[in-house]
Amino acid sequence: MGDKRDVWQGTLALMVLKTLETMGPQHGYGIARRIEQTSGSQLSLNYGTLYPALLKLEQEGAIASEWGFSENNRKAKFYKLTRAGRKLLERETRDWEQTTAILARFFRPAEEA
Amino acid sequence: MQKITALWMRLRGMMHSGHAEDDFGAELESHLQMHIEDNLRAGMLPEEARRDALIKLGGVEQTKQAYREREGLPWLETIWQDMRFALRMLHKDLRFTAIAVLTLTLGIGANSAIFSIVNGVLLNPLPFPHPEQLIFLHESKPNFETGSISLPNFQDWRKDNHSFSTMAAFREYYFSLMGMGAAEQLDGQFMTSDFFETLGVKPILGRTFTRAEELPGAGPVVLISQGLWQRKFGASPDVLGKGITLEEKSYTIIGVVPASFRISVFNLRNRDVYVPIGQWKNPVLNNRDAGLGIRAIARLKPGVSIEQANADMQRVTANLTQAFPDTDKDVGAKLVPLKEQMVGDVRPLLLVLLAAVGFVLLIACVNVASLMLARSTGRMREFAVRIALGAGRRRVIRQLLTENLMLAFVAGALGLLLAVWGIHAGLKLLPAALPRAEEIGLDFRGLLFTMAVSLLAGMLFGLVPALKISQADPQTALKEGGRGASTTRHRAQSIFVVMEMAIALVLLIGAGLMVRSLAHLWNVNPGFNPHNVLEFGYTLPPSLAHGNPDTIRAAYHDFDNRLAAIPGVKAVSQSWGAIPFNGDDERSFWLEDQPKPASNQMSMALLYLVGPDYLKVMDIPLRRGRFFTEHDDAKSPLVAVIDNTFARKYFPDEDPIGKRIVLDDSSGRKLEIIGVVGHVKQWGLDASLDSKFPLQAQMYTPWMQASDSFIQLAPGGINAMVRYMGTSEATVAAIRRILDQISDQQIMYDPQTMDSIISDSLADRRFAMVLLGLFAALALVLASVGIYGVIAYVVEQRTQEIGIRMALGAQRSDVLRFMLWEGARLALTGIATGIVTALLLTRLMTKLLYGVSATDPLTFAVVAMLLAIIALAACFFPARRATCIDPMQALRAE
Repeated sequence: MGDKRDVWQGTLALMVLKTLETMGPQHGYGIARRIEQTSGSQLSLNYGTLYPALLKLEQEGAIASEWGFSENNRKAKFYKLTRAGRKLLERETRDWEQTTAILARFFRPAEEA
Repeated sequence: MQKITALWMRLRGMMHSGHAEDDFGAELESHLQMHIEDNLRAGMLPEEARRDALIKLGGVEQTKQAYREREGLPWLETIWQDMRFALRMLHKDLRFTAIAVLTLTLGIGANSAIFSIVNGVLLNPLPFPHPEQLIFLHESKPNFETGSISLPNFQDWRKDNHSFSTMAAFREYYFSLMGMGAAEQLDGQFMTSDFFETLGVKPILGRTFTRAEELPGAGPVVLISQGLWQRKFGASPDVLGKGITLEEKSYTIIGVVPASFRISVFNLRNRDVYVPIGQWKNPVLNNRDAGLGIRAIARLKPGVSIEQANADMQRVTANLTQAFPDTDKDVGAKLVPLKEQMVGDVRPLLLVLLAAVGFVLLIACVNVASLMLARSTGRMREFAVRIALGAGRRRVIRQLLTENLMLAFVAGALGLLLAVWGIHAGLKLLPAALPRAEEIGLDFRGLLFTMAVSLLAGMLFGLVPALKISQADPQTALKEGGRGASTTRHRAQSIFVVMEMAIALVLLIGAGLMVRSLAHLWNVNPGFNPHNVLEFGYTLPPSLAHGNPDTIRAAYHDFDNRLAAIPGVKAVSQSWGAIPFNGDDERSFWLEDQPKPASNQMSMALLYLVGPDYLKVMDIPLRRGRFFTEHDDAKSPLVAVIDNTFARKYFPDEDPIGKRIVLDDSSGRKLEIIGVVGHVKQWGLDASLDSKFPLQAQMYTPWMQASDSFIQLAPGGINAMVRYMGTSEATVAAIRRILDQISDQQIMYDPQTMDSIISDSLADRRFAMVLLGLFAALALVLASVGIYGVIAYVVEQRTQEIGIRMALGAQRSDVLRFMLWEGARLALTGIATGIVTALLLTRLMTKLLYGVSATDPLTFAVVAMLLAIIALAACFFPARRATCIDPMQALRAE
């Protein structure tokens, strides 16, 4: 556990949105597992923290929720992206790529600069 | 936008969180089940699977809490919680709540009321466009800084200045209105064009008059007030062009002035009729040295400061001095901002009251703080438990402050009601004292002020106990079982009492100084006996005006005799300028044995035109020679009577009787001095000889010897004075009957007793005294309650100690003395602090005082004694209870 990383502040929402985009409607547990898997188990995600994040996104209108049934036929709450959520994701993705690109330049070997 | 949506959702989340919580519970449950299933599938044992799922989740309750916090607005919820809790606490201790709210209500209400007055009078702009540009103009002369402007000078000022966009002169005049029902007296004013333009007032109908219509000989036009328009013309729109007969002359109505135009400053008022000054048939109107009571208003050009205007007018008047050295030497223009002219006199009064009422609020706050402290000691345990259970200190302070602010706001709301009522009552009670009284009311700014004051008060009285509590160590508090911090509490409360005593003393001294000032003023001898003297204005039938002077004199003589025949009327006199405190007329003259000085080097004296019985009416003593008789009439040699100030000034070493003075008027009449009478306080009871009214020498001439041109103007309205027996109402009614008998064209107006004139002249000081007295009484009561509370508390705390002392042989009188000393120490410390504070502060009210210094030792001593006695009395009751302690009981209670 010691070498796992905590989720960076503010990136959880982006991960959730991206997950929902690739997987389609998904319940909270599913999202949590998916994020963990995608990170190659490099991230230590406290599943509980996912729910306030989901609530925040829902309050902001980026995602919507409804009750449905899981693959094992268990009652679960499913979240899906709204149109506003897609736009938000696009914007956030762009911002994120820009930020990482800028940061990447700082860490390139000096002779290339 | 997103943020706002989220905020809205969260607010909604707060409202029905119950349902959402069940929903989330179900969601978490399904999450756990899915996780457990996965774990089982991965080969974990059931126990282990569940444990792992819970660990990964990070705890069900923690997750729920985080979710809940995101769901609603936690800080809002805490406030809501605090408020509900505060309400419960306040409700539980109703007696405390009632006393605290009442105390604060008095403090806040009084503050709001006084602030509203200050706001209405001093702060609010005048109800004219760009009021800061408006200037009131006087002519400054060697004798008078604020003298009247002569019309020719005004015309030159208007022509030559570069600072003002418009300038207009005016002078009040009373017109008799004829031919529209019973004859009546109308308030009117003569004025130049641009008068309404300067003020920025537009007629609601018609127009104002032009420069051409201002001139003598122009067709007579008039503007009438909306009130007169409604009263006499039924508000008919075709009033324009109609005629109205004023003083036998028909004026064409060209405009109607809105009723919203209200003003009262110096001699400037809203009137019934406004007439071009060229219509004034006054023989000296165009004399450059005439003092006819004309003043002017002007509007500064945008961007021009009053300093620039002053410099400009200095240039203008200097040129006039050069051009007319005879009349205009040492003559300048005195510029006063209109608002300053209006409210400058009451500013110190209002500021003193505002300070005083601020002190009352301070006492109220201290009292409530002291109450709070007493209560908080009782609640020490409650807070200790909370802190021990993990409540943050800030959380506890916030809880307490919520309670206090709620108290303050309840009190603020009640205080507002009190203020509305107080303003209403105050203005009704003392209308004469304040300019702009009709503009006073509780407006938005007053409301804001009340809220700010409530908030401030809440913080002020709440903070000390809150800090005290939060600092308390929960361990000791819990151990002491609610009695913790009793020594610190005692000290804080003692400081409060000392403060209260000090403030109360300052207010009492202020009130005391006012009482003494007024007592002094009431005892000032005005030089006459004002009781049972009635004065009123009256006109003769307009047909007499400008007629044969002898016919007019005969009419006055006849009127005198008829008045004198009224039963109860003991003496009658005409009066021109002879009503002290209430208008004046002055005349320049020189002594016969001097060469005639230049026009502006003339000696000046107040001139009174009176009848032979004037001394009897006014009860003024005759010092030397004789007063006028019936025989001093138009046909006999001209005579004058002077007062002893005149005699001292101009005849210091000789007998003035038989000397002659020459009046500086067109006829250069010579008067022989035949008598000397006592001096009369023309300028008010408080006007001392070296005050801003340098003109003190007084001269009387017989009414019947007034010049023909003057007599011809008199039927338009002069005053008469009578000394009567019985009531003034009956006398007024009798005089009205006489006037009706003579002619239905004769009018009596503005009857007033001399007593009421004097009383009005003291109105502002009385206003200050009444309010300061009220505030001081309030402060005294609050402070007494405060010291009572402390001593009662000390007695309660020391019951055991006292019991032991008594068991060991202390006498009841010793106990009493001991407890009283406890109170006396506090009272004396407070009084000493108060005296020092008062010494610093009462200086601010010097302007309101008369005949007593701001640090009057007698007032200070008496008030300090009074306060000490009251404080001791307040201590006496709880102290006596201490002596009733049964030692056995007290010891057993341990």
